Amino acid sequence: MSEFDAASAAVQAALDAGARYADARVMHRRYESMSARNGEIEALTQDESVGLGVRALVGASWGFHAVPELSDRAARDAGHRAARTAAASGLVPGPRVDLVAGTPATASWSSPCTVDPLGVSLATKGDLLVAATTTMADHGADLAEGLYQVWDTTKWFVSSEGHRIDQHIRECGGGISATSIGENETQRRSWPSYRGQYGTTGWELVDSLDLTAHAARVAEESRELLTAPLCPAGETDLILGGEQLALQIHESVGHAIELDRILGWEAAFAGTSWLDLAQLGSLQYGSELMNITIDPTIPGALGSFGYDDEGSPAVRRDAVRAGRWVGVLAGRDSAAVAGLDYGGSVRADGWARLPMVRMTNVGLEPGPHTLDEIIAATDEGVLMDINRSWSIDDKRLNFQFGCEIGWEIRNGRRGRMLRNPTYTGIGPRFWRSMDMLSSEIVPWGTPNCGKGQPGQIGHTGHPAAPARFRNVRVGVKA
Amino acid sequence: MSELALAGQELALAGQVVELVRRLGGASAQAEVTVSRAELALTRFANSAIHQNVAESAVEVRLRIHLDGRTVAASSTTVDPDGLRGLVERVLAAVRFAPRDPAWPGLAPPAPVAWSRWDAATAQAGPHDRAALVRAFVDAAEGLETAGYCRTAFRSVAFANSAGQAVQGHTAEAAMDGIARAGGVDGTARDCVERLADLDAAALGRRAAAKARAATDPVELPPGRYPVVLEPAAVTDLLENLAWYGFNGKRYAEGQSFAEPGVAQFDPAVTLVDDPFDAAGLPFDLEGTPTGALPLVDAGLTRGVVHDRRSAAAVGGESTGHAWEGASTVGPIPRNLRLVAAGATTASGPAGTAPATSGAAAGTAAGGGAVGPLAGAVADADTAALVSRMPRGLLISDLWYTRVLDPKSLVITGLTRNGVWLVEDGQVTRAVRDLRFTESYPRALGPGAVVEVGRRTARQPNRWDGARWEAPSLALASWNFTGGASG
Repeated sequence: MSEFDAASAAVQAALDAGARYADARVMHRRYESMSARNGEIEALTQDESVGLGVRALVGASWGFHAVPELSDRAARDAGHRAARTAAASGLVPGPRVDLVAGTPATASWSSPCTVDPLGVSLATKGDLLVAATTTMADHGADLAEGLYQVWDTTKWFVSSEGHRIDQHIRECGGGISATSIGENETQRRSWPSYRGQYGTTGWELVDSLDLTAHAARVAEESRELLTAPLCPAGETDLILGGEQLALQIHESVGHAIELDRILGWEAAFAGTSWLDLAQLGSLQYGSELMNITIDPTIPGALGSFGYDDEGSPAVRRDAVRAGRWVGVLAGRDSAAVAGLDYGGSVRADGWARLPMVRMTNVGLEPGPHTLDEIIAATDEGVLMDINRSWSIDDKRLNFQFGCEIGWEIRNGRRGRMLRNPTYTGIGPRFWRSMDMLSSEIVPWGTPNCGKGQPGQIGHTGHPAAPARFRNVRVGVKA
Repeated sequence: MSELALAGQELALAGQVVELVRRLGGASAQAEVTVSRAELALTRFANSAIHQNVAESAVEVRLRIHLDGRTVAASSTTVDPDGLRGLVERVLAAVRFAPRDPAWPGLAPPAPVAWSRWDAATAQAGPHDRAALVRAFVDAAEGLETAGYCRTAFRSVAFANSAGQAVQGHTAEAAMDGIARAGGVDGTARDCVERLADLDAAALGRRAAAKARAATDPVELPPGRYPVVLEPAAVTDLLENLAWYGFNGKRYAEGQSFAEPGVAQFDPAVTLVDDPFDAAGLPFDLEGTPTGALPLVDAGLTRGVVHDRRSAAAVGGESTGHAWEGASTVGPIPRNLRLVAAGATTASGPAGTAPATSGAAAGTAAGGGAVGPLAGAVADADTAALVSRMPRGLLISDLWYTRVLDPKSLVITGLTRNGVWLVEDGQVTRAVRDLRFTESYPRALGPGAVVEVGRRTARQPNRWDGARWEAPSLALASWNFTGGASG
C-alpha cells in the first residue's frame, strides 16, 4: 500500500474508534554523518527510518501512537491505539480543544537542492574532512575536528479534514573546529560555527563554506587564545557577530514567543515564557531596530518547509515590528486557546514524535549599518563571535552566553584578542539596548534545538547580522 | 501479536544479520549487530490536565561493519527479510568507499553477561495506568496548578557479532516528574523505579505542592559565594556533567578531561560508582562488552574513567562496557552514576564523613526547622539533617540549563530552579528568587569542599530511559552565584 494509503487507514481507524479529528504522518528519513579527527575518519553513520505516527482527538483530549510499519493492519492498529490513548487522557481532562480553521490542501513541495548530498561520493566527502582536519593539526590544533550531516526526509500527511500533502526536504551542512589544550583549560575556534552551518539545501552549501580555506586560521587562533588576556569584567558596549546573535535570537526571542510555552504546556520541562498574551501588540520587546520575522518561506534556510506538520502552509509573519511584540509561533490548537487565527509552526522530529510548536526561521531583518561601521562607531567595547556556551532561565529572561573569541574595541578599532569572553543580561533590557544593526544577514541554521518529552530535536533557522548593544555586563567567570 | 510478545526474537534476528554479512561480505567482514525493540509511552500533563499522551512501538537494527580497514555504521527500522538484506547490502556498498579507519579496535570477544531483571507489568502498562497516576499527582496538589509526566519504557535488546558474542537483555522502568505551581513559583518531585507499581504519585504530588507553597514570596539575594545544601535533583546535574565531560574515556584520551586516575581530586566524602544493575540496566553495551558496577571515585581518589573499545585502545586500556550510539563521536559516558551515601559500604569501607546518625535520628524532622508553609521546603529527614547543621547558606532543589564554559576545568553556568531557600542557624527562614551561578564542578567537590554527604540516596530519572542518576542531598562549603534574578 502507498504511504498515503497507510496514513489514510490510520486516520480512518482513529475516527472509527471515536476520534472527532485525526491526522497521520508517514515519514521516511535517511541520515548520514561523517566526522574526522586529526586527519582520520572517526565515524561514518548511515541511518534509515520509516514509520507512521497518528494523532487522535477524542473529546477534549489528544492521543498519539507511532509504529515502524506501513501495512494496513499496523496503520489501523496505530489509529485505534491513538484514539484509545486519547480516551485515557480524559481521566485528567482539560478544557475543550478546538483547531483554528485550516484549508485542507492537496499538495507536493520540495526544498531546493542543486547537488544531492547523498549523491556525493563518500570518498569526496571524507577527503574534505581529512584535508581540513589535517591542516588544522598541522597548524597547531591539539584536536582538529570536522563534521558533516545530511538529512533526506520524505513525508506524507493526511488529516480527517482532507489534507493530503507530500514533501521532500533535504538538509545538510558541516563545519570544522580546532581545540588547543592548555594546562588548565581548553580553547576552541570553529568555522563557520561549532558543528557547522546548515540549511534546507544541497551539498552546494558545504562547498560554499570552503572549510579547508579556514582551517589554518582557526587552528592558529585556538592556540593564540591560550595565552590571550582574559576578557575583562564589567559593563561595556558589546558587539556580537552574526552567528552569536543568531543563538541569542533563538534563546531569548524564538523560545519566548512559542505559544505552547506561553500557555504553560511546557511548564514542567522547557519552561514557560515571560511574555503575557495580554501584551501582544503593545509590549516593547526591543529597540526600534528590532524587526523579527517568523518566516518558513526563506529558500534554503534550515527552518523552511512548504507545509508544517499540521498541514498549514508556510507563511511569513511578524514576531517583533519596530521593537514591538506582535506575533507568536503557534499550532492550530494552541492558537485556538489563545484566540488567534493562525498556526503554521508545528513540526515533529520523525514519525515517532508528536507534532508540537517549533521555531521555523525566526530572525532579524537587515539593519542600516555594516560591521565595520559599528566597530568604527564604538569608542570602547568588546566584540564577541561564535558561540561556545549558552544558558537561559525557564522564563527566557536571564541569559549568559560564552563565545569562542573576543576582541577589544578601542577608539573605533579592533584591538587585541580576548579569551573566555562571556556576557549576561535580561532579555528585553538587552534587546532595548541594541542601537546599531548590520545589513549583513546570514540565515544561520541550528540543527540541535531540544524540546518536548519525549525529547525532540528541531532544526531551526535564524537570519542574523552583527549588532551593537549598550552597557552589557561582560567577563563573568567562576 | 503484540510487539511485546515478539520480545525474545531479537537475538535470532541479530544472528541472521551476522550470517548475512558473512555470506555477502565474506569471512573477513567484521560485523556488530544490535536489535532493539521498545514499547515507550509518556503521558504528559500541564495546567493540571493531560495534554500530550504518546506511545511508540519501536524497532531498530544497528549494524557496524569493518572490512578492508574501513568502517561504516548504519541502522534501519525495517526488519523484514528484504529490509535486513537491504541494510547489509547498503553498508557493504558504503564500506568499500569509506575512508580508512586505522583506529578500529576490533570486536568484543565472546563473554557471558548477567541476567537482566525486568517487570512485565511495567512493560505492559497502558495509557489508563499512567493516567491514573497523573490523576493521583494532580489531586494530591490540592488545587495547585500542576505539570509533568509519567512514563513507562520497555526494551528488549540483543547483540551479536562475527567474533561469536551473542547476548540478550531486557529493561523496564517507570518514572514520574512533576511540578506544582503557587504564586508564580514551582515546587518539584520526581522518581524513577523499576516497577510502575512502586511509583507513589500522590506522595510526589504532595511533595511538589508543599515545596511550591514554601517557595512563595521569594526575596532577591545579592550574588556571591554561599554555602549550599543541594537536594538530589540538583546533585544529579553535577553527576551528569561529571559523567559527560570528566569520566568520558574519549575526552580523557584527548586531554580534555580533568580526571587524573590515582589522584585525590575530590573530597574524601565523595565516592562515585557507575552501576547499571542497581537500576536494572542492560548487562552489556553496544559493542557486546559486559557491564557491571565500576567505581570511578573512591573516597575522593579518582579511580578511572569509562571506555568503549575505541577509547580504551587509545590509552592502552580495556573497555568498561560503555559503548552507546554516540560513543564514537561524543565518547563513552557513565549513565548510571551514583554518589554513594554517607555510611554506605563501598569497596574501601564506609563512605563519607557525615556524623553517624541519620537525619531523623538526629532529632530533626523534615521541614528544616521551619514552621508554617516554609516547612515544605525540606521534604525528607535526610536533607533536614544537613540543613540543620548549616549556619548560613542556601537550600537548592534543582539546577537548570547548565552549560559548559570550559570542559577541562568543567566550569559551568546555569540557574537554580524549582525552589531556593535561605538557611540561617540551621533553619529555613526565607524563600529566595532564582540565582545564576558560574562554578567549576570538580572544584566545588574538591578536597575540603564537601561539608557533608546525606545518608539516603534518591534515584532521579534521566531525560531518556536507560540512564539514571542517584544521589543523596549534599552540603558544600561554597557555590559561586554570579547573578540574581534581575540580572
